[in-house]
Amino acid sequence: MLERVQSERTQSDRTMIEIRDVTRSYGAFKALDNASLTIREGEFFSLLGPSGCGKTTLLRMIAGFDTPTSGSIAVDGQPMDGIPANRRPTNMVFQSYAIFPHLNVEQNVAYGLRRLRLDAGEEKRRVEEALAQVSLTGLGKRRATELSGGQRQRVALARALVMRPKVLLLDEPLSALDKKLREQMQVELRRLQQAVGITFVLVTHDQYEALAMSDRIAVMFGGKIAQVASPKEIYQRPVNRQVADFLGGMNFVKAEIVEENGTSMVLDTLGFGRVKTDKPRAFVRNGGAATLGIRPERLRVLWDTATAKFEVAGKVVERHYFGEITHLIVEIPGLEKPLSVTETNDFGADDIPVGAPIRLAYDPEALVAMAD
Amino acid sequence: MTAIRRFLPGWLSSYAVLYLLFLYLPVIFLPIFSINTAATPKFPLSGVTLHWYEDLPRTPALIDATWNSLIVGVSAAILSTVLGILAARSITRYRYPGRRAINGLIMAPLVLPEVIVAISMLLVMLQLGLSLSLFTVVLGHVLVCIPYSMTVLTSGFEGFDRSLEEASADLGESAFGTFRRVTLPMVAPAIISSLLVCFTISLDEFIIAFFLTGTEATLPIYIWGQLRFAAKLPGVLALGTLLLFASFLLMTIAEILRRRAARRTQNEGGLYA
Repeated sequence: MLERVQSERTQSDRTMIEIRDVTRSYGAFKALDNASLTIREGEFFSLLGPSGCGKTTLLRMIAGFDTPTSGSIAVDGQPMDGIPANRRPTNMVFQSYAIFPHLNVEQNVAYGLRRLRLDAGEEKRRVEEALAQVSLTGLGKRRATELSGGQRQRVALARALVMRPKVLLLDEPLSALDKKLREQMQVELRRLQQAVGITFVLVTHDQYEALAMSDRIAVMFGGKIAQVASPKEIYQRPVNRQVADFLGGMNFVKAEIVEENGTSMVLDTLGFGRVKTDKPRAFVRNGGAATLGIRPERLRVLWDTATAKFEVAGKVVERHYFGEITHLIVEIPGLEKPLSVTETNDFGADDIPVGAPIRLAYDPEALVAMAD
Repeated sequence: MTAIRRFLPGWLSSYAVLYLLFLYLPVIFLPIFSINTAATPKFPLSGVTLHWYEDLPRTPALIDATWNSLIVGVSAAILSTVLGILAARSITRYRYPGRRAINGLIMAPLVLPEVIVAISMLLVMLQLGLSLSLFTVVLGHVLVCIPYSMTVLTSGFEGFDRSLEEASADLGESAFGTFRRVTLPMVAPAIISSLLVCFTISLDEFIIAFFLTGTEATLPIYIWGQLRFAAKLPGVLALGTLLLFASFLLMTIAEILRRRAARRTQNEGGLYA
């Protein structure tokens, strides 16, 4: 099997941001609950979670717009306690972009340089360089009000990058763009980050965005950090049902723990029989019950007489057509909930009749055990 | 049906013309009769002259009244705009219980009968032992100007994206620098617009000034005094014409500035730009 190269660029192991036991309370409500996190230098790091999970609160505390109720934040080894936003080595791309409407593109980008008192030539050179980085060369004299959504976003990026921050913070920067532009910007942002080598911290509620761009992701729920790992590990080895569910579709099957040791475990299930899987790092046993998960695309339709070493048999109860793929809902005898299956349409999965018997192949590697 | 449809556009436009005539006929008569040689305002005009305009600067009482009006107008404009800025900022920026009620109370003088407001203010001033002067007129004018100032300023402040100020701080600017380089330039058109509107309202206001002034007359009060003498009417018409054009000009500038301010703040956000 081909092993995908996890990171195209060698990152240093130096810590850039250290978040230790940070809590932010508003009265009785805890927007962030005892969060600890280490972000490395040169890393593209995403804070992923539904709205209200505390990801934006955390980002704003790194930027200096909010203060932890308790705990500490350090950037590049410097404790940030009591340091206001205008004296931090971080810069931010706002969700609304916050382009100054009374200034043109060039003046927006040069805004922060003014205080550095560079000579005119140097300031101009840095502005030009920043505009080139975001492919806005030649638009310097354009008024802020004459820009498209994508262009405003690029100006916001250039305005932050021109400051050469140690950390660039991005608050849902792509959420205002339409789907096509968003996908294009994901690629561009990733490329830009690798080119400048600055630590990026991205806040998003879009799991695909986080998976596509990040070196590592922290998934957050209700003010707590649920899991920190690479996109692949987060997707394939989620620590619990909540994370698994948030990262896309997942079939959950009830399981009984038969055997458990340091690295692996044996589970009994009704539909999949006895299964031996890796034991997740964060697995905490809660009685004898556990949940077994499998992603819909890891179940493959077995055509005609084809067989597989591991298969389950059932009946198609629903079929949904999505262009390049088809979603099948398959009832398996013994399972309380039918399985969701995603099949590409190249073999005619879109023609499988509802009610037909069907056999599905799976790789036991794709089965993931989760605490119940 | 089709007959009605064919007839309606013609009918609607004649209605619109009548409507505008009704509104502006008196206003058009003013400049027309102000250049008439005869002292009585009636058609046909007996001749055209600028004589009545030339006489205006030679009337000492009128010069005094103009100065009084300017003093009152500028003071009322500055005071109500400063108070309006505070109120508009609080109402557009913060969410607190009673916000709508407070907004309503500030806007209320707009619909109260002015003569009642004037009498009540007179009672209050006398109770407070204030002697009537231009100062009491300024206080009265501030009361009637604030609703207008609020309207102009809230439309300028509304939608002012807080993240603009945060972005400025993020880029290294101090609190004062942020105010100078971002906040002020963005709301300046609204503030100037509010000053112009308040000045114009104060300049034209009669009832409150009539009740609250002592011996010093403002322009409208001077005009009122002149109306007793038939021979002075052309002079009044000339003065009225000048006031009319001044008000019209100031209000137009104010509205242009208000729109510019609103466009600046509301364009921000960039969601659909």
